[in-house]
Formats: sequence, structure tokens, C-alpha cells
Amino acid sequence: MAETKEKSLSDEKPKPRVRPIVRLGIFLISHSFLVSIVCCTAGVLALFLLPVLAKNTYISENALMPGSASPMLSNQHVSDGNRLVKDLTNPNSKSSETGIESHKIIAQYMLDLGAEVSFHKFHPQMNQFHPLHFFSSPVSGKIQENYSCSSYGINTVGIIRAPRGDGKEAIVLVTPYNALKSGFGEALSLGIAYSVFSLLTQVTWLAKDIIWLVADSQYGEYAAVAAWLREYQTPKFSSLSTPNAEMCPDVNNLFELKGHSISGSKFSNSFRRAGTMAAALVLKVRDQNEQFEDTISIYAEASNGQMPNLDLINVVNYLAVHRQGLRVNVEKLWPLLNSSWLKSLGEIFESLAKVAKSLYPKWKFGIPATEYVEGTATLASSLYYQALGVPTGPHGAFRDYQVDAITLEISPKFSLDKVWRNDILLRGGRLIEGVIRSVNNLLEKFHQSFFLYLLTSPSKFVSVGVYMIAFALLIAPLPMVAASLYVDANSSSNCSKGDSSTPSAITDTDEHGIAIRSWRWLNSAKLVFIVHLWGAIVSLLPYFISQIPDCSPTTSFMIWVLLSILSLLTLNSVLASPLACAKATQEKEWALVKSVTISSVFIGLGLMSVINFATAEIGALLMVPMCLLARPLKLDVRAGTLRSFCRLICNLVLGHIAFPPAAFFLLKGMLDGFGNANVGDFWMWVESLWAWNSATYLFIGMVQLPCWVLCVSILFHTC
Amino acid sequence: MVLLQRPHILLLLIDTHQFLQCWIAFGSANEEGQQQEEFSEELLVKPLPDHKLLAHFHFQSSAPPSTSNGCHHHLFPKAISQLVQKFRVKEMELSFTQGRWNYESWGGFDPISSSNAKPPGVELWAVFDVPQHHIDASWKNLTHTLSGLFCASINFLESTATYSTPEWSFPPASGNVRYGTLPCEAVCTENLTPWLKLLPCRDKAAIALLLDRPSLYRGFYHSQRLHLTSTESSSEGIDSGIILEQTLTVVLQPNSERAIEVHASEKHVQPSWSLSSIFGKQVSGRCVLAKSSSVYLLLDRGLVAELKFPNKENGKSAANGLTSENFWSNPSFELSVNPDRIFLEESSSHSKSLSILYMFQVEKYSESEPFDIGLMWKVPVAWLCQQTPLHASRFFMGSGNERGAIAISLKSTQFTEGFMSANSKDGSCELRVDVFQVVPWYVKVYFHSLRVFVDQQPRAVSDFIEKIHVSPSKDKMSPGVMEVVLKLPCRVNTAALTIEFDKGFLRIDEYPPDANQGFDIPSAIISFPNFHASMVFLEDDSLNRSPLLSKFQEKCPVMSYTEVLLVPLTTPDFSMPYNVITIKCTVFALYFGSLLNVLQRRVAEEERFLKAKAAKKTGRLPLLLSKLSAKLRGSGINQD
Repeated sequence: MAETKEKSLSDEKPKPRVRPIVRLGIFLISHSFLVSIVCCTAGVLALFLLPVLAKNTYISENALMPGSASPMLSNQHVSDGNRLVKDLTNPNSKSSETGIESHKIIAQYMLDLGAEVSFHKFHPQMNQFHPLHFFSSPVSGKIQENYSCSSYGINTVGIIRAPRGDGKEAIVLVTPYNALKSGFGEALSLGIAYSVFSLLTQVTWLAKDIIWLVADSQYGEYAAVAAWLREYQTPKFSSLSTPNAEMCPDVNNLFELKGHSISGSKFSNSFRRAGTMAAALVLKVRDQNEQFEDTISIYAEASNGQMPNLDLINVVNYLAVHRQGLRVNVEKLWPLLNSSWLKSLGEIFESLAKVAKSLYPKWKFGIPATEYVEGTATLASSLYYQALGVPTGPHGAFRDYQVDAITLEISPKFSLDKVWRNDILLRGGRLIEGVIRSVNNLLEKFHQSFFLYLLTSPSKFVSVGVYMIAFALLIAPLPMVAASLYVDANSSSNCSKGDSSTPSAITDTDEHGIAIRSWRWLNSAKLVFIVHLWGAIVSLLPYFISQIPDCSPTTSFMIWVLLSILSLLTLNSVLASPLACAKATQEKEWALVKSVTISSVFIGLGLMSVINFATAEIGALLMVPMCLLARPLKLDVRAGTLRSFCRLICNLVLGHIAFPPAAFFLLKGMLDGFGNANVGDFWMWVESLWAWNSATYLFIGMVQLPCWVLCVSILFHTC
Repeated sequence: MVLLQRPHILLLLIDTHQFLQCWIAFGSANEEGQQQEEFSEELLVKPLPDHKLLAHFHFQSSAPPSTSNGCHHHLFPKAISQLVQKFRVKEMELSFTQGRWNYESWGGFDPISSSNAKPPGVELWAVFDVPQHHIDASWKNLTHTLSGLFCASINFLESTATYSTPEWSFPPASGNVRYGTLPCEAVCTENLTPWLKLLPCRDKAAIALLLDRPSLYRGFYHSQRLHLTSTESSSEGIDSGIILEQTLTVVLQPNSERAIEVHASEKHVQPSWSLSSIFGKQVSGRCVLAKSSSVYLLLDRGLVAELKFPNKENGKSAANGLTSENFWSNPSFELSVNPDRIFLEESSSHSKSLSILYMFQVEKYSESEPFDIGLMWKVPVAWLCQQTPLHASRFFMGSGNERGAIAISLKSTQFTEGFMSANSKDGSCELRVDVFQVVPWYVKVYFHSLRVFVDQQPRAVSDFIEKIHVSPSKDKMSPGVMEVVLKLPCRVNTAALTIEFDKGFLRIDEYPPDANQGFDIPSAIISFPNFHASMVFLEDDSLNRSPLLSKFQEKCPVMSYTEVLLVPLTTPDFSMPYNVITIKCTVFALYFGSLLNVLQRRVAEEERFLKAKAAKKTGRLPLLLSKLSAKLRGSGINQD
């Protein structure tokens, strides 16, 4: 009815009956302001509703059968593990400067169990910025230079072959260990792994080979695991690098072990392999802990927000909680836990749920406010670490090869007395045994459960189908606003032109003018393109800056900023000069620029949501309001109403927040306090991003920064 | 018709009668002659370096050329002889294997390992004596027959995409070979029972009694093999003598309970064992149908060298019939039963020390006094089995669902070192390695990307590859086959072959039910034709009659199999068909709806209809409508 009325009244529509879908589109575009407000608030609200909408996790793959078998790890194995811990913490073993002794001890222990043992020597490979290697798989053919004998690590690898298995698949157990300065925690983690390993040499149910990797973490846990994986997956057969690790005297010492052992054939200095890796567990024990319970923390985020299959986390969670009585933790953003506004929001949701329940008893969606706050804190950290794109532990290296992996960090309750140590060895060992047994049961690789999810607690998750809604609502107004701005800009210039020009001029320039007008957006597109090009140049600059030797982070950052500004000015003067004069002539130019900016942001966010959803979500939270609100300050000042004043304030605030370094410092200040903020921190942060090949880096450089520049240019538009 | 047929029936009757008479006559003649169906059973036990024990059962039945007997047999399994006659099988080998043969600790350079170490799952090859264009048909029928006979899914080898035709690298080199493997076939008692049915005494007497299922399948390696050769008689092609050789090789862990109890000091002492402790049964009496049934205990070369038998130098005299005390009561071990005979190996070319074989005759024992041999170790002994010249392993390189590479890496073992020193006098010493690799079609191998690395240096392919035969895969039709002859220098330490591949896409109906498990790439066969794994024991009268020992004397090239690989392919979400159907239906509905809408609508008619309506009505509306239509027309003109 409304439409017909409108049509009959206005009578401006050329056709009697427009197709409904087109009519809907026109309606939305003409009400884009309202729509964008509604969508954005709904998007933010949906994001805050996610902890309420989170579902309980469940084990999706039936073959896993966690906890269906009673644990076989006995006190015998625990005392074996204890023996290793004692030997490793024994001061005699640390006499050697390179820590080779402790590697020998571990290898000897593995050999005594009848496992195949080999040492893997590696040179720690520094992460370097390779502008063209984003998203590409880890490269094997890197040319290695400048390696001396002093800088290499030794991974000790033990492999148990499944007695009746066909050796097609393997499960990896990783314990990072720094032989030079190992804490008691590391030794304890080795003890747990050893007790499990000694059990697994005897069991008959093993179907997959077990690889125990003692990763030498003196150059970082990740580097050691990544080096081993590189050798496992993409070995180099040609060793052209001249200083080979074998030539170093210390390494040759290692192989004296061969003589000690009776079953000499089990030990080899060549790299040993098992089959395709089914899953990997990284086990750590934290040294000090102030908590009251034995807790176990799960770290799952790998590079670019990739997550392991949810089933793996489910199995660990199930076994830890229901079998071993450990408390399971996932990372939280601690400052959020104490925030009062979140608590009140939780209470609002809770009371709403109560009202809903009183209306209709079957509606049960409320959760207690405290739970809501915890869920939000977990969700926020889940989003944050996924958005960062930097793996949260050595498990990240496995994800690069499509292996599901998580890091388990056990934080034991209190001090180092004997009974307690046995207890933690037993429970930790049984947990690992249970997980390995579950994975061992798998006939197929992990595929049943989710890969795209956010955790709100160890036993609750939000799947992609739910969290996409918040994002979709946030970015939905973008194309509408872009279209409405475009239509406005065109029609208004039409009107103005029609008013100003004489009727004789119309007939003369009409066709030409229409052609020019309809292509006028190309000018804005050119501007947007130039700014994006500049963004690409800015994101390449750090590569060249990092080549400058002896540069402190602060100076690097300064150089970067200076070079960026310089390049923007150069680009502007070289490429955009004709545009500038064109811009001067048209007063509605900013609307077109804004329209094209918004479309490019929409495309950028859409692409990013496919690569790394969390980055896109956080980026959308920052950029969408800024893009939608951007309007020349002059116009607002001129208007002088309350509404325009509010918009002015919002614009100024958003213009500051959305600038990437500013956003970084704000976040850092919120998390760690503003006291120790340093300009160089941003440089370090960016460096870490590119070192980990995080797509967030590209996003910031090529979507967010250009968008911010464009918005600022709109704000300061002279019209 | 009936009348016409009658004489035929009569003739047939007469024929059969004559034939029967004939047969009876021949049968009686046969009993007197030498050509008889024979069956012999043997068991060989061999301690392995890693505290395990190898048991190798060897049953051999042979049937003479069957012109005499027709289709009837005394001992020989009828199923097999029918199969041979029907499909004209010249030679065939079928193996069911569970577990992996550990080439490093169980050795690879003796007749047992090089002919009984098989890849996991089922392996079948056959040589046919039929014209080329009939071979594939025979193969298909053979797979189906064997599948029924052994309760296994051998019939999956029927499709051309699963079997291949090795040209020359496969040992029984001939153009009529077909070779196929099923790496993921599960092997269990259901395959063993039909295999045992082929034995005349089944598992009810003598050595076969030991085949206790729980203890067999508790082992680390289990491979049952069936090898048959039919030797054509000179007169006619159809009639042939068949030799059926059934072997079962198991690697077991003797009394593992005790291994836990013993302390670190005793850890390296080999566990003592006896037949009853391993198998839980004893041998009582012989199979009356068997010509011979004997148990052997083999101490291989490395072990003998370690044991240091006191009077090794006059071993020759000992083997000549004198059962010297020194050979079976050694300070380091003790046998529970006195061996009936001791054989010493003739000097071998590859090793200095010689292996010793103890023979026990089961015939002497009865139910009241069952045979049970045991071995007690007194001191720790450690030795190494003789390994293949190069240890081969194969693995995947790369990651992701798009592409990858297969690498076969060869590493020198302690054997090559010895061989090298022996042959170092002449500089141009070469080690020939044959590689036979079958790749399923969905792994699209690029044969041009074959690269060779020798001693960690990339080398030109032509420098080391003497001969190469490649038959590229055809999608859904045939697998890719690569046969390479490598000539490596004897001093080689490591060598590697890499070849790149793209992962193909399968149609949804081509995925197996467990598609997410990944797909198997069958083992590659690495053989060393210059080396022959044979053990020649000093000649004796009885030796000629022992099929197992004569088998050992055969010169077969050293062979080893690499690991089976698991390649994860892209798998669709199998709930996808549902989604696709839903989306497709929606799209179709939208498309046809709008299309019909457009087709149906006539703009001019509508307007006329509106006008007519307007004419009927009175009041403001017609006015408005007429205005509207005028506008419409005006705007329409404008638009044009």
C-alpha cells in the first residue's frame, strides 16, 4: 500500500511497476541513513550477544571416543619419568656448556625404550620480511649464510613405530627444552612426555607412529619446531651451504652415543621420518604459578587466525575436566574481567532473558552476568589473537602444514615436593595418553568438527554461522551508503547544473555533460587508487628500512613515517595534479570520493573476512563508523546545529582512533597501562607482524591506512 | 533332435568309460613311478637382533603334470589346480601382510627377508600363458576367483586403474606380468583360514598346529604368501606340473612379560623362548600326508660371528655328518633339544662368517612326547642382520592440497661399506638399483620433473639413470608406472630421487566411504639385481629333498619395499550435494519464475487493460490514471 501510494503521489518514477527487488534496493538506498544506523548498532549488539549465543562444545567425530578406555599409565611409568627428571636436573648433567649432555641423556633414555632416535641439527632461521612471500608456503630453498658452529640447535627426535600399524600416519608430541637454562618446568614436561612414551612402547593398540620431538628452545620454541618441520616436509637434498653442522666438533660428540648403545641400529644421524602427521601436541609445564588449582591452558591460534579442529580442543577439555580433574583455561583479556560496563551489560542480558523466560518458559538463552563477562573476555582474546595473526605457541608451525596442533601448558598448583610431583606426572601423563589414544583411534583426519570458530570458554564456542552475522550487519550499510552518495552526488549536480545553466546551454552540452557526469566518479576512483597504491608502497617500505643497520625501533619508525609522507606528497604531485584542479571545480566531489572509498573499504573488508575473519571484524568496528560518518568539517561547522556538532566530534574522535598507530597505542594502553608506551613499540609490533607473515599487516597497510587517509582528506575537504 | 543327440550321449558314455579305465591304469602306474604329488612342511625359526623372533612356515605341495590324473588330486588343492588350468597362470604370487618389515633391524639381505618381506595389505602379481590380448581378461577373472577363495577384496584389482604392467624391472621379467596392490586391505584370520584349507592336514597336525591365531596376530609382522609356479610339460601346453608354495612369516616377541621384570643389567640379554611359549602349542606328531616335516633353527651370519664358536675352522668336518657338541652347546646359549642335523653354510661372497642351521625332525615325536624346542640365552649378545646394500625410504614433500613431490631416498648401510672396500680395487665399481613405482592416476606425476641427487649434490638425470621406462597415467583408466635403472657409484652415501606431482580431483562417486583418510600410494620396489640373496648349505642327500633349503639356494635378487604413503586429497564436504541441490533448486525457481513472468507479460495489453478499467470506473482515479499513462508515454518517448 505504502509503495503504491508513494508512487501515485510522487509520480516521479518512470515505470508503473518496478520489480520488487529493485524497488527494495531503491528504498534501502533512499533510506540509507536509517539503515546504516540500524545495521551498525545491530552489528555491534550482535557482537556483544555472541557470548550469550555460544553453544556448548561436543565431540563431533565418533571415532575419537575420548575416555572410553581406562588409562594405562601406571606408577611404574611415572617413576620412569621421575628418573629422567632427576637426571636432567642433576647439576652434573649441566656441566657441558652447550647442553649436549642433557641431549645425550634424553637420547639414551629413548634408546633404552627401544625407540628410534635421531638428532636433528638446525640453524635458527631468523624470520625475515619477504614482500612477495605472503601466503606462500614456507620456503625451503632459502640461502643460508653466515652460520658459525656456535649457533645451532639440536632437536632430539624419538620415534615409536606402531607394532602392527602400516606407518602411514603419525602423532607428534613436542616438548620444548632449553638445555642451557632449563627451568624445573621444562624438565617436568620432559618427564611427563617420557612416562607417556615409555607406556606407548609397550601398548598393543597403537595404530599410528608416535614421534616425540624434544625441541631445542634456546633460539625460541617456534624456531626449533619450524626447523624440524621444514626438514620433515621439505627437505633439501643438496647442501650447498658451506659450513655444515656436521663439521662442527660438538656435533660429532653427539654421535659417540652410538658406541654406548647396544642396539646401535636404532640410532642414526640421518633424519628419520614417520608418515603423514595426524595431530600434534605441544606440552609445556609452567615454572611458577599463583593459582590454587592445577590448571591447564590451551593455546590454539596459529598464523593468520587459523585454528585447529575444534574436536582436538574438545578431547583435551573433556579428558582434562572429566577424567583428570584439571581446570582448563583458555586465554582471556584480563582487563575486561573487571570492567563494570560489561558487567552491567551482562546483567541487562540476564534480566532480558528472565523476562523472556517468564513470557515463554521454553526460551532459555540467558547466562549469568559473571559468566557473560568471562565469556566476553575470552571471546575478546580469541578475536584479538586471531586478528593478530601471530601464532600463540610452537603449535603454529604445524598449522602451516595443515596439521592440527595445540599447545597445552600445565600450571601446577604448588611447590616441588615429591608426592605432588608424582601426582602431576600421573595426571598430565594420563591426559596426554588419553588424547593420543583418541587421535590414534581416528580413521580419517580431523574433519568432522569446526575449523572456523571463536571460543568463549573451553567448553563453549561460537561457530562461523553465528559470528558472521555481526560482521555482515556491520558491513551491510556500506554498499547502500555508497550507492546513495553516488546517486545524490549525480542528481544534485544535475539539479545545480540545470538551475544554473541557461536552457540553450542544456541542448548544447546535454549529451556531453551527461557523459562527463556519469564518468566523473572515475576521478574519485583515481584518487582512491592512488592512495591505495601509496598504501602498498608504505607497506613495502619497512623491508628497505630494515636493511639499514643499527637502527633503533624509534628511528626506524620515524624514517618510516617521513618516507610515507614524502611518498604521499610525491605521488600526489605526480599523479593527482590534474585531479586537484578538477576537484576544485566541483563542490560535491567529496561525496563521490566518500562513495568510492566506502566501496573500496567494503571490498577490502569482504576479502579480509575470507582470509582472517577476526581482523576484518576488528577493522570493521574501527573503519565502518569512520567511513559512514566522514563529512567535511567545514560543512558541519557552517551548519552549526547540534546534530552537525555531534557529528563533528565523532568525526574527530574516530579520525584519531582509526589511525593504525593510534589504535595500537590505545589498545596497548588499555591492556598494559599507558605508562611505558614508546613510539618504537609500534615499529616492533609491525616487525613481528610481517615476520610472522600475518595478513593483518597487509590489511593495515593496504586497506586501513588508505581508508584513514581518504577519510581525513574528506574531513579537511575544502568546499 | 533327440534322435540326433542320442549317439553323442552314447559316445560320451563310452568315452568316459574308456577314460576311467585309462585313469585307473595310469594311477596304478603312477604309484610305482617317481612322479607323485608331494607335500612337505617346514618351520624355520630365527632369533632377530631386537629381541624378537622370526618364524617362517613353509608348506609346499607339488602336483606332477596332470595328464595322468585328469582333474583329480590326492594332496594338491583342487581349487588351485583348477585356477591354474582355467586362467593359464604360469606363475603367481599373492601375499597378505600386516605390519611393516623392519629392514634395519631384521635385515634385508637373506632369502627370507628378500622374498617374504612384503608391503602391507595385499600384493598380487601373476604371469599368464595366454596371448597378449587375453591377459587382461584372465587377470580380471583371476582377481575375482582369488577374492572368493581368500575372502578378501582382491576383486578391486580388477579395474584397470589399479593394476599395472611392469615392463622389465619386475623380477619375473616378461611382458605378461600384471601387478597390483591393495595397501589398505586389512588382513586377519578370515584370510588365514582359507589359506590353511589348502593344506592337506589343515591346521590339525604337525607344524601347522602351531598356527595359533591369537599368538600369530599378536606379532609385529605377519605375512602369508602363496606362490605357485606351473611348469609346462614338453608335450602339451595345458598339462603342467604345479608347485604351490605357501609361506607364513611372523615376527613375534617372546615372553614380553619377563622383559619388563628384568632389570637394566639383564636388559640386553636376548629373551629365552620355546615353541610352546611363543605359540602356546606344541608340535605333536607329523602330518601323515607330509613327505617330510622338520623344524629348523637358523643362526644368521652376524650372530654366528658374535658367538665365536670354538672350532670354527674345522666346521666343515662337523657339517659332514658329525654332530659336534660344540655347535649346539655353546657358552652363550643352550638348546633344549638336540638337533638331528647341523648344516653349515658354504662360503658366501658377501660375508666372512657363515650361518648355521640346526635341523630337528618332527617325525620322531608323537602325541605322548610332543616336540618343543627352546633356546636359552646365557650372555647378552648383540649383532646386526645383514642389510640391503642401500636402505630405501620414501616420503612426501611439500604441503597443501595442490601439489607435492615424492622422494625416494637411498642411504648406504654398513653392508655397502664392506662391499665398497672389497671392490675398491677397480675404480669403476657400480651399484645397480632398480626402482619400480606405481602411482594411482589421481596423483598426477610429472615425469619430466624427476631429479637425482647423489651425495647431496643435484646431478644430471642422464648421468645416473641408465634406463627408464615410463607409462603416464590416464585419468580413471590406468595408473602411472615408472621403472628406473640407476647406476650409482659404489661409494655413494646418499642418493635421492624426487618427482613432483599435482593432486587430482575425483568425482564424488569415486571417493571411498572414508575419503578423509587420504589415499594410499603403493610401495615402491627397490631391487638390487647385482646382489643375490642366497644361502647355500653344504651339499647333502637330504638337502635336495628339503624344499625350504633348495628355496634358499635359489638366486633371487635382493629386494626391498618402501613405505606405503598416504596422500591427503581435497575432499568435498559430503553434505555438499544437499546444499548444491538446495541452491540449484532456488536458482532454478528464481530463474524460471522471472522468465515466465517476462514471457507472460504484455506491456501494451496491460496498459489497455488498465485503460479499460479506468473507463469503467468513475471519479478521481481514472483522471489520475490517465495522467499517469500520459506521463508514462512521455517518459517512454524520452527514454527512447
